[in-house]
Amino acid sequence: MTTSEFDSVRPPDPPGRRRRDGRRRRRARMDGSTDGSREMAMVPEPEFTSYYGRPVVKPAPWGSDIAAYLFLGGVAGGSAVLGAGAQLSGRDTLRRNCRLSALTAVSLGAVALVRDLGRPERFLNMLRVIKLTSPMSVGSWILSAFSAGAGVAAVAEVDRMTGQRLPLGPLRRVLHAVEGPAGLEAAAFGPLLSVYTAVLLADTATPTWNDARDELPFVFVSSASLAASGLAMITTPPAETGPARKLAVAGVVGDVVATQVMHRRMDPVAAEPLHEGRPGTLLRVSEALVVAGGIGVVLGGRRRGVAAAAGVALLAASALTRFGVFEAGIRSAKDPRYTIEPQKRRLAARRAAGVTDDSITTSG
Amino acid sequence: MPQFAGPTDPAADARWPDIKPRKGFFTDTSICIGCKACEVACKEWNHNPRDGDLELLESSYDNTGALGASTWRHVAFIEQGRERIEQARESGRTLVDLGMPSVGAPAPDAAAPPSAQSAIPDTPEFRWLISSDVCKHCTHAGCLDVCPTGALFRTEFGTVVVQADVCNGCGTCVAGCPFGVVERRTDGTAAPKAKRGERKGEQPDVPNLGVAQKCTLCYDRLIDDEAPACAKTCPTTSIKFGDREHMVALAKDRVAELHAQGRTEARLYGANELDGVGGTGSVFLLLDEPEVYGLPPDPRVSTADLPRMYKRAGIAAAGMAAAAILAFVGGRR
Repeated sequence: MTTSEFDSVRPPDPPGRRRRDGRRRRRARMDGSTDGSREMAMVPEPEFTSYYGRPVVKPAPWGSDIAAYLFLGGVAGGSAVLGAGAQLSGRDTLRRNCRLSALTAVSLGAVALVRDLGRPERFLNMLRVIKLTSPMSVGSWILSAFSAGAGVAAVAEVDRMTGQRLPLGPLRRVLHAVEGPAGLEAAAFGPLLSVYTAVLLADTATPTWNDARDELPFVFVSSASLAASGLAMITTPPAETGPARKLAVAGVVGDVVATQVMHRRMDPVAAEPLHEGRPGTLLRVSEALVVAGGIGVVLGGRRRGVAAAAGVALLAASALTRFGVFEAGIRSAKDPRYTIEPQKRRLAARRAAGVTDDSITTSG
Repeated sequence: MPQFAGPTDPAADARWPDIKPRKGFFTDTSICIGCKACEVACKEWNHNPRDGDLELLESSYDNTGALGASTWRHVAFIEQGRERIEQARESGRTLVDLGMPSVGAPAPDAAAPPSAQSAIPDTPEFRWLISSDVCKHCTHAGCLDVCPTGALFRTEFGTVVVQADVCNGCGTCVAGCPFGVVERRTDGTAAPKAKRGERKGEQPDVPNLGVAQKCTLCYDRLIDDEAPACAKTCPTTSIKFGDREHMVALAKDRVAELHAQGRTEARLYGANELDGVGGTGSVFLLLDEPEVYGLPPDPRVSTADLPRMYKRAGIAAAGMAAAAILAFVGGRR
């Protein structure tokens, strides 16, 4: 039995129960020992207060399907853009490969999206309304419009590759008449498909996503550009991937710059999940791969092997970026600190600046 | 014209042809006794299933945990000692000194000086904060704004309700709520139940699986001019229900009364229509900082920034398109 000057004021706690004045509670359970002495917390309580350490906001009930979709949507959007460029500049192999990549990626992404729904059989309800205040609704329409164009363009390629063996009948003439416009239509929606997911994440109460709202769109389009270019460099010989290499380099520069700006501008507490734990690791590896891939493209992009290796690095980097940002947000929602501290800080800053009329807490 | 932030009448914004007076709660936590009758009445009326395992959470008398898909009222218990009571009183006093807005007529007895007998009911050494939390039914509801299917809608009473037969469980509203209220319902069978006493025997079917669920402010009862189940059952009138305007007036009177007794820790939460969510339909009288009760100290509906986010996204998308065009036209390599 230890003695301390506080023992006299300490209420006789039953074992396993502790009174912490509603402050943040450690999860450690004190089973077994009944003398109670081990419960004495001599470290001062942190300044920050929460309700038993429970989250204030709820994390989105999204699994890795959604993170995968963030990546696949970017690859699809970027591929359609590259495909349209190839279509207009007469690079036939690049066009074919990009169109096929776009359809494959968007199909896998759509499956991932539907799988993640609580009621997958009701996925068509997404198209019940057009609702501009809902990035998910806007995104569903972007995804639908994109898929229509990407689908037609890719089916035309498949038809050509199989020597016109698809059982299309009289529709074949229609298909080949509209494949050009369809490819361009998909390309028009490509950047939107790549970027809307950033707004989808940012337009939430999830602290890290919401606080990254200004830069996340730039991170996501850069990531989409370098991923799609990387995929093109894997699928297509270097003779036709010149533009893809340039887009990849632009994506690398954009990704590095936007990520750095994002980290610096964000509230330091809200940005913490981007640096710590698993998401922090994912994002660090991602950045290294982005830089390595970029260097590979610049130095050896015209050699097939190097280009393909760089392409793999860029694709992996993009996937890691999306998973990192996704997981950082989920983490930030699960710990009340990330909600409460930045909010308290911004409230105090407004009060210090003399704005005292917009607090949710009022004295009467 | 609907708006994303600031004071407004939400039912009019939703273009209801026949707008009813906006309904809301005033939860006066200073007279809550923690009986949890509201939790029970809510579960019974709304046929809400059991929420997770029956376990002791080691958080005073709160073994409910938090608001969720099947818990639309949650009574929070906080035990505080002398130091925390003093801090709360001080932070409330700071709030008064800041000149936080007090709209509407002041309470008749607000100016009355605290008399010698206005003994503070709590003991100075210890107090129990007890508060029944509920959906805030925000003026600018994040959940409603981000819902892609239209399953969430604004009622003629200015409240926010999920249509369970429309919702496809995308989960966007869960992340969109600044108060962590709405949740996607699961049957709680993800984890194997091996411990003694759990999942014994038949459990009733869980309705509305996989869709978002939250307090409806008993929409079905409102239509019949009935008070919501929780307010009707509350034995101390800690949960008051009525026109929101009236609720806010009541709340202001009550906080003035407590201040007159020297209880400067009393403050209102959600009564200010200039706050980040345009004021809440459910107004609370709290006796400490909101985060002590698990409420966000400065919530802001994310949609308020959506126009800016769309603009930034538009610039980013245009940048991507421009980069691609330059890559193709900028000389062949």
